Amino acid sequence: MRSMLSRFLGDVGYQLTLAAQVALRVGSSWRRRTLVADQLFQSGLKVVHVVLLVGLFIGMIVALQTGLELSRFGQQDQIGTIVALSMCREMGPFITATILAATVGSALAAELGTMAVSEELAALEVMSIDRISFLVMPRVLAAAIVCPMLTVLCDAIGIVGGGLIAQSQLNVGMSLYYDSVLESLNDRGLPFDLPKDVYTGLFKSFVFGIVLSVISCAAGVQATSGAMGVGNATRKAVRDSIIAIIVSNYFLSWMFFNT
Amino acid sequence: MSANAAAQRDVIIRYEDVHKSFGPKVVLAGFDLEVYRGEAFAIMGPSGTGKSVALRHVIGLLKPDRGVVTVDGNDMSKIAREKLRELRSRMGYVFQEAALLNWLSAGENVALPLRETTRLSDAEIREKVNAKLALVQVPDVYNKMPNELSGGMRKRVGLARALVTDPEIILYDEPTAGLDPEISSSINHLMRDLAQQLHVTSLIVTHHIGCVRTTADRVGLLDGGKLNFVSTPQEFIHSSEPRLVRFLGDKLD
Repeated sequence: MRSMLSRFLGDVGYQLTLAAQVALRVGSSWRRRTLVADQLFQSGLKVVHVVLLVGLFIGMIVALQTGLELSRFGQQDQIGTIVALSMCREMGPFITATILAATVGSALAAELGTMAVSEELAALEVMSIDRISFLVMPRVLAAAIVCPMLTVLCDAIGIVGGGLIAQSQLNVGMSLYYDSVLESLNDRGLPFDLPKDVYTGLFKSFVFGIVLSVISCAAGVQATSGAMGVGNATRKAVRDSIIAIIVSNYFLSWMFFNT
Repeated sequence: MSANAAAQRDVIIRYEDVHKSFGPKVVLAGFDLEVYRGEAFAIMGPSGTGKSVALRHVIGLLKPDRGVVTVDGNDMSKIAREKLRELRSRMGYVFQEAALLNWLSAGENVALPLRETTRLSDAEIREKVNAKLALVQVPDVYNKMPNELSGGMRKRVGLARALVTDPEIILYDEPTAGLDPEISSSINHLMRDLAQQLHVTSLIVTHHIGCVRTTADRVGLLDGGKLNFVSTPQEFIHSSEPRLVRFLGDKLD
């Protein structure tokens, strides 16, 4: 138990140190723009279809589960509001971050882990090349940019999915559904007339992007012992990323909505 | 060892009573060695005895638990980051599996230290890289990816990358491991020719006696955490010491 605790604290300490080292090197992102652009492609474009597919079905599930209950009280015309706010506040950021942890996070850990066990990281060190700036910072920056962008797509496609269910299963017309969506996503006090729910959702997904990429890079860089070590690093990256996303989600939600 | 280097006995790498353990496993236990400027020294030993561990202390990848490793008078355990960077730029390290970044072409791998640590223009870097690739006898691989290269070619590209900053010291970690005898022989001759042309100091970790014969001025056997039987390759090979005879065994064939 004590060794597990000390290992956990050691991991968290290393991840926080890595995050701080990345933050100190963000200034060199222009110099690393080619690497950042490559990572944006790797961690963004390559998972768009997954986010769209999962987001569509999540919106449909939310609409179906809540719509059936609402219809018992004759309130099914509120379904647009519920789907829009659920997607923007919670489901969009969380589902997108989970997809990225499973796809991009595992790939980051495997890639850096393979580099660690094949001595490529050691080679960078003996050449006096800053591996945080060269390898980790572009990956973390790309994930922090990509995660909110994909969240917007997930939110949008989820709302579309909810609309399909509203019309086909709940007998709520498309125009009524979209009117309630637009009404719930309208707040004249904030930029682009969007409500706080959208901005907190995007901020959460920005944090999730950093959390999952730092944890995955840390697991990869620390990999040892050949192929088995890479496998362990990948498993650890996905597991710890998802746990950290859920825990940080609670605290961020508490911070924004605990009034 | 060249006569000049021997006469001056100018020590460039020194290990003094170096101890290193990983958990309960003791790897180095009182390791002593002096490598003279301009010579090629080979550390031989059975697999898993800590030859690579000894080599990694020279470039600061590992620090001794006890004892001192100095390079050109600098204690590698206490060296400041900036000085370490400067010292590393004077050393080249050839990894056992070449350790090329698999998402960069062979030429870009060689160019990497120059791109990251110097202000040379693209044209100057390209010229230097092409010169080094020609020096290691693979002039046409600039645009090839590492997975398109044979084992021997990867080693040569790794060697070109180690040479691209014009180092004074080259550290070889099993330079011929995993290669067939013909390719091994060509790598050995390349190492010898480079040492003669460039007047570099070489520290070579190997368990191939052919590599020692061709490239080394002196050799020692790492056994039980210590370096023993330091001598010339000829004396080493013809020694009647039972431990050496047992280690060399059929390797002499």
